[in-house]
Amino acid sequence: MSGYVESEAAVVIDGVDKVFNAGSLDEVTALSGIDLTIGAGEFVSLIGPSGCGKSTLLRLIGDLLTPSTGKVTVFGKPAHGARLDQDYGMVFQHAGLFDWRRVAANIELPLELRGWSRADRAARSAEMLDLVKLPDFGGHYPRQLSGGMQQRVSIARALSFQPKLLLMDEPFGALDEMTREHMQLELLRIWRETGTTVVFVTHSIPESTFLSSRVVVLSPRPGRINSIVDVDLGERTDDTREDPAFFAKATEVREALRADEVGA
Amino acid sequence: MIRNRLAGLGPPIVVGVAGLGLWEGVVWGFGIRKFLLPKPSSIIARLSENWPILRHAGWETGRIALSGLVVGIVAGIVLALVTTRFRTLNEGLTPLAVAVNATPIVALAPIFNAWFGITGTLSNQAVVVAIVFFPVFINTARGLTEVHPDELELMRSYASSEWTILREVRIPNAMPFFANALRVVAPLSVIAAIVAEYFGGPQDRIGNVITSNAGFAKYDVAWAAIAMASVIGLVLFAVALVVERVSMPWRFAGDEEITEELERERQT
Ligand SMILES: Nc1ncnc2c1ncn2[C@@H]1O[C@H](COP(=O)(O)OP(=O)(O)OP(=O)(O)O)[C@@H](O)[C@H]1O
Ligand SMILES: [Mg+2]
Repeated sequence: MSGYVESEAAVVIDGVDKVFNAGSLDEVTALSGIDLTIGAGEFVSLIGPSGCGKSTLLRLIGDLLTPSTGKVTVFGKPAHGARLDQDYGMVFQHAGLFDWRRVAANIELPLELRGWSRADRAARSAEMLDLVKLPDFGGHYPRQLSGGMQQRVSIARALSFQPKLLLMDEPFGALDEMTREHMQLELLRIWRETGTTVVFVTHSIPESTFLSSRVVVLSPRPGRINSIVDVDLGERTDDTREDPAFFAKATEVREALRADEVGA
Repeated sequence: MIRNRLAGLGPPIVVGVAGLGLWEGVVWGFGIRKFLLPKPSSIIARLSENWPILRHAGWETGRIALSGLVVGIVAGIVLALVTTRFRTLNEGLTPLAVAVNATPIVALAPIFNAWFGITGTLSNQAVVVAIVFFPVFINTARGLTEVHPDELELMRSYASSEWTILREVRIPNAMPFFANALRVVAPLSVIAAIVAEYFGGPQDRIGNVITSNAGFAKYDVAWAAIAMASVIGLVLFAVALVVERVSMPWRFAGDEEITEELERERQT
């Protein structure tokens, strides 16, 4: 990836407010006074109660929404430019695969839109299917896969063009606990292997603690950054989940979340 | 898989043959008079006696139904695409189309005779087109617009143009909606053609064979013509089903494999 400086910040959010339906009866201030810098290669989680603006913040980074005030910079460009340059991959809570494309063709869609040759696409999708441990499923249709498998395909699709930034909105929200924990480890492995920056929205305290290097705690109405918890637990394994240091960090995140309940 | 599909044809064929047998038995057993309900065997006999007339009538009516079907489908799809592209047009036109679709359009047949001529086939075709057009337009337009918001956001994240979104998302998304409309309008086109023939157009069609023979109390010949019309309707319906299968392989990809593979996946 040319022109990419290691020390560069991946995302800079500078004094951002987001007001929906300004001036009408259903006006909502979803976010207020957000300042956040996410370094390249970081894994940052956004956590907060339902409706506090996590998805909105993620969509602002992806230029799927525009801020009412302030600005969002992604890899040194305005978010809009970063979207046009397709600098990020997005994973939604709902896998959002296209029913009419086979699994491999779903993964290849962003590559197709970038004009990759058929052979290059096939090679990359095979590589991605290996990465998400679904090597034999390229020829299947999405509805022939389980929910967890579909979500892995959706992650493979987001990673297929090796974006420097991965935006994930509760990607494991619909999964059972076992699959969820398995997927968390896989995501961390992928993150380490690809060196991508991840912004990860979740409702789950253990999930945010387990995955991230920093947990951004949001408070509701209007959404503000309440506190940021640094998590330094070294390389995560399944044992990390039973580590007292992990529990201590999870408690810290929980208390940060409580703090704004009391404040509200 | 082909064996399964053929096996699926078994029960309806058995029920159909049994139904015809029952019909025959009831008409014979209760001595139901011929003009009320003829026996299937006598309908088949009339069918073969009058075969040249009926074949010609069926062919002509079938042609009107099919050509009206094609024109109505193409017009419906084109207008759906145009309205999807221009939002205001969509908002104005779609409710109107839904309203018109709820009216008995066949009632327009005599008026179409005045507009398009009572002796030619054009007015009959126009009735078929009018009947076919609205369900196709309404359903296709819905399929083109009712796309999951996540899917649109995904495409925006790829910086896709509206044209790419149409090609990659909206059109495939609309296919099942279109297929539903097709399954409805394919047999409907035959009904529309026959009703139109009751009111005008050339006099050698299925509709005319039914009315003239019923007029002369030759009900079994009228029934033979109805059987002919049913066959045309079924053929068009079958074509609709084939189009659906061929155009949307993803909807019919081997279901029986799924459970098997999920099982294998669970074990790893
Ligand atoms: N497109 C929109 N139009 C109007 N209001 C919106 C829109 N999107 C979000 N909102 C409002 O903004 C607020 C934040 O919504 P958002 O979806 O970002 O919350 P969230 O933190 O992701 O919640 P959840 O955890 O339930 O997904 C909510 O009050 C919501 O009603
Ligand atoms: Mg959300």
